[in-house]
Amino acid sequence: MSRKKDIDALKPEQDKATRVLHEIMSGDPVRIALSILLGFIIGAVFMVAFDKNVIKAFEDFGSDPNYALSTIWWTIQDGYGALFSGSIINFGADNFITAIRPFTETLRFAAPLIMAGLGVALTFRVGLFNIGATGQMLVGLAGAIFVSTRLQMPIIIHMLVAVLAAVACAMLWGMIVGFLKARTGAHEVIVTIMLNYVALSLVTYLLREPNLLLEENGGGTPKSDNPDGTARLGLLFGPDFQLHYGLIFAVLSVVFYWWLMDKSTFGFRFRMVGHNPSAARAAGIKVENTFIWAMAISAGFSGLAAANQALSVDGGLTTSNEAGIGFDAITVALLGGSRTGGVVMAGMLFGAFKAGSATMQVAGVSPEVLGVVKALIVLFIAAPPIIRAFYRLPAPGPKVFEAAQKAKAAKVIK
Amino acid sequence: MKNIEVTPGMFSSAETKPSLKTPITLVAAALVVLIFFGFLGKAGDVSFIWSDKREAIQLPAFVVNSMFFCTLVGALLLLIGLASVVLNIRGGKTPVWLITLYALGAMMALLGWLATEATQGVQMIFILGNTLVLAIPLIFGGMAGIMSERVGVVNIAIEGQLLTGAFVSAILGTITGNLYIGMIAAMVAAGLLSMVLASLAIKYLVEQIIIGVLLNVLVIGVTNFLYSAWVDDDSINRNFPGTFEKLPIPLLSEIPVLGQVLFNNRITVYLMFVLVPLLWYVLFRTKLGLRARAVGEHPLAADTVGINVGRTRFWWVTIGGMVAGLGGASLTLGNVGSFGREMSAGLGFIALAVVILGRWQPIYVTLGALLFGFTIILKVWANQVSPGIPVDFITMVPYLVTLVAVAGFAGKVKPPAASGQPYVKG
Repeated sequence: MSRKKDIDALKPEQDKATRVLHEIMSGDPVRIALSILLGFIIGAVFMVAFDKNVIKAFEDFGSDPNYALSTIWWTIQDGYGALFSGSIINFGADNFITAIRPFTETLRFAAPLIMAGLGVALTFRVGLFNIGATGQMLVGLAGAIFVSTRLQMPIIIHMLVAVLAAVACAMLWGMIVGFLKARTGAHEVIVTIMLNYVALSLVTYLLREPNLLLEENGGGTPKSDNPDGTARLGLLFGPDFQLHYGLIFAVLSVVFYWWLMDKSTFGFRFRMVGHNPSAARAAGIKVENTFIWAMAISAGFSGLAAANQALSVDGGLTTSNEAGIGFDAITVALLGGSRTGGVVMAGMLFGAFKAGSATMQVAGVSPEVLGVVKALIVLFIAAPPIIRAFYRLPAPGPKVFEAAQKAKAAKVIK
Repeated sequence: MKNIEVTPGMFSSAETKPSLKTPITLVAAALVVLIFFGFLGKAGDVSFIWSDKREAIQLPAFVVNSMFFCTLVGALLLLIGLASVVLNIRGGKTPVWLITLYALGAMMALLGWLATEATQGVQMIFILGNTLVLAIPLIFGGMAGIMSERVGVVNIAIEGQLLTGAFVSAILGTITGNLYIGMIAAMVAAGLLSMVLASLAIKYLVEQIIIGVLLNVLVIGVTNFLYSAWVDDDSINRNFPGTFEKLPIPLLSEIPVLGQVLFNNRITVYLMFVLVPLLWYVLFRTKLGLRARAVGEHPLAADTVGINVGRTRFWWVTIGGMVAGLGGASLTLGNVGSFGREMSAGLGFIALAVVILGRWQPIYVTLGALLFGFTIILKVWANQVSPGIPVDFITMVPYLVTLVAVAGFAGKVKPPAASGQPYVKG
C-alpha cells in the first residue's frame, strides 16, 4: 500500500457511497437481519442432515439424484412452512378465525417472554448480569398460587390480587440479590444462580405442605389445586382463541419499561450507573441503592410473567409451570439489545418458535431444531465478530471499533 | 506479600481480614444439631452398616440410640466451633481439616437422625460410594472452572461442556463400540467448544459471561435436536454405550469400608484421583502454574515480564474444557450408561459454585464437590428411609452455604484478581 493511497482513503468526499454502504452494512439492523438469516440457514442444514426421508433418498442417490436433491428442498419447506403456518397465518384454513389463530398463539407465548425479558433487560442496562429470572418467577408463581387457590375474592379483584402477590413475592426475592450485591459486593451472577436453586427447593417444599400450597387430598407429588375461576386471566377474544389477558399485562409492562428507562429520572440514574458506576457515584447517585431498586423492579417484571403462567392454565400447578421462561428471558433481552422495541420483537420471534413447534411436530420435523436456531441467532448478535467473519462485513471503521472495544473492556464487570 | 491494589474480581469483593463469621456459623450450626437432632431428636435406635454383604471382612453394624448419638456428635461439633472461636481470637484461621471433620460429623448426625428406626439402617458403603460417583462430574467441572478462572477467564459454559462430553461420549462410545474412544472424543469436543469461548473472550473481547450462557443454550439446543431427531430413532445402536468396567485395585480394595468406596471404581474415578493432585502440583509448584496464576492475578505485570497473556489464557481455558468433557463422559460412561436429554441438569452451574466454595484450590474444590454429591444422594436416600421428611431443605443447604461464602460471611473468599476481565495490550 502506498502512503498516498492511505491518505486518499482518509478524504471524506472521495468515496462517499462506499462509506455510507459500509456504515449501513456494519450497522445494527442489517447485522441483526443477517444473524437471523444465518441462524435459519444453519438450522435448515441440521434439519436436512438428520431427516429420515433425506437420508433414505441419499442412500440410493445414484438411482435418482434429482429426487434426492428435491427431498432437501421439501424438508426445509415442510419444516419452516409448518413454523409459519403454526405461528403467523394458516393459509390452509377454511375460515378467517382458524387462519389467524396461529398469530394469536404467538402473542400468547410471547407475552410472558416479553415481560420476563424486559426484567432481565432492565438489569443489563444497569450493568448487572442477572440470571435469576428463573428463581424470581418461581417465587412469584408461589405467590400467585397461594392467592388463587387459598383465598376467596370477587372476580377480577381476585385476579388482580393474585398478580400483585406474584409481583410482590418476586420483587422481594430480587431484592435479596441487590442487597447482597450492595452490602457485600457478592457478584450477582453467582448469587442469582444459587438463588434459583434455593427458590426451586423452597417452592417445591411449599407445594408439598398440605397447610400451604398442596392440592386437596394431594399425595407425594408437589402440586397445587387448580387456580380459582375468579382468579383466572380471562380470554381476550372469546372461546375461539386461547389468547388471554396476559397480553394486556405484557403491553402495560412494555409501556412502563419504555417510560421508566427512556423518560423517567429513575431510569436515567439506572442507565448512568450502567454506563459508569464511578461517574454516577461522583454525580451523587447512590449506586448501591440503585442496584437494589433495579433488581427489585426487574424481578417485578419476572413476577408478572409468573402470574401469566400461573393464572392462565387448567389444572394444578407445579414448578414446571415456569416453563424455562426465566432462562429464555436472558436470550430475549440479549437479542433485543435491552431496548424496548428490541425486546418486544425478540419476544415475538421466540413466541412464534413456541407456537410453531406443535405444527412442526405434526409435519414430521423435530421442533427442537428451533432451539438451535434460537441459540445461533443470539450468539451471532452477541458476538459480532462471528457474523462479520461469515459475511465478510467491514468492521465499523477500525479506529471506532477499537475504541468501542476498549471502552467495553474497561467497563466489563466491576 | 506486597500490597498491590487489587481490583475486585467477578465473584466477590469481600474483605480479607480474618473475621468471626466462620466460627459463629460453625457454633450456630452445631447448636442446631445439638438441640434439634439431639435434645429434641428421636428416641429410637439407628444402625450404621459398614459392610457390603459380598465383602470378605464383615464389620459389625454400629447400633446406637439416635438421640444419644446426635447429642454426642452435636457436642463434638460445638467443641470444634469453640476451638475455631479460640483460634480466631488468637489471630489464626480455622484449618480446612477441622472444617472437613466438622462437615463429616454433621453428615453422620443427619444420617443418624433420618434413619432412626429404619429397618434397612444407614448403608454407609452405598451412601459414601454414591457421593463419590455423583461428585465426579462436579469435580471435573470444578477443575475446569479453576483452570479458566485462575488465568482470568470466567467459564460459565462448564454446563455446556459437561453436556457436550456426555453426549459425544455416549454416541461415539456406542458407534465405535470402544468406550475409551468415546471418552477421548468427549474431551476433544468439549475442548473445541472451549476454544470458541476462549477465542471470543480473549481475542474479540466479547463479554465472557454472555458467551458462556449462550454456548450453554447452543449445546442444549443441539443435543436436544440430535437426541429427538436422530438418536432416539435407534437408541440401541446410537445411545447404549453402557459403563466402564469396575476395576478393583488389588489389596487396596480389600480394606474395609474405604476399599469398597474408593478403590473399587471405574476409570473415571481413578482419573480424578490423578488429576486433582496433578493440577494442584502444576498450579502451585511449577513455573507453568506460577505463570498461569500471574496472568490471572495481574495480566499487565505478567505481560511486562514477557508472558504471552492471550496464549496462556487460551490454552488453559481449552485444556480446562477438555477436563470438563471428561466430566461429561464420567456422567454417562462412568455412571448412567446412556445419554439423556439435558442430563447435566445444572451440574455445570453447581461446579461454578464449588469453585468458589473451594477457593480456587483443587483439593478444597474436591471437598466442596463431595458435599454437593452427598446432598444429591441424600435426597434420594432420605425419601426411601423416612418418606415425608421435607428433603427440600436439605437440598437447599449447599446452595445456601455457597451464598454465605460468596457474600463473605464465611471468611476469606478471594478470587483471582483479574477473573472476568479481558486484557487489552497497550
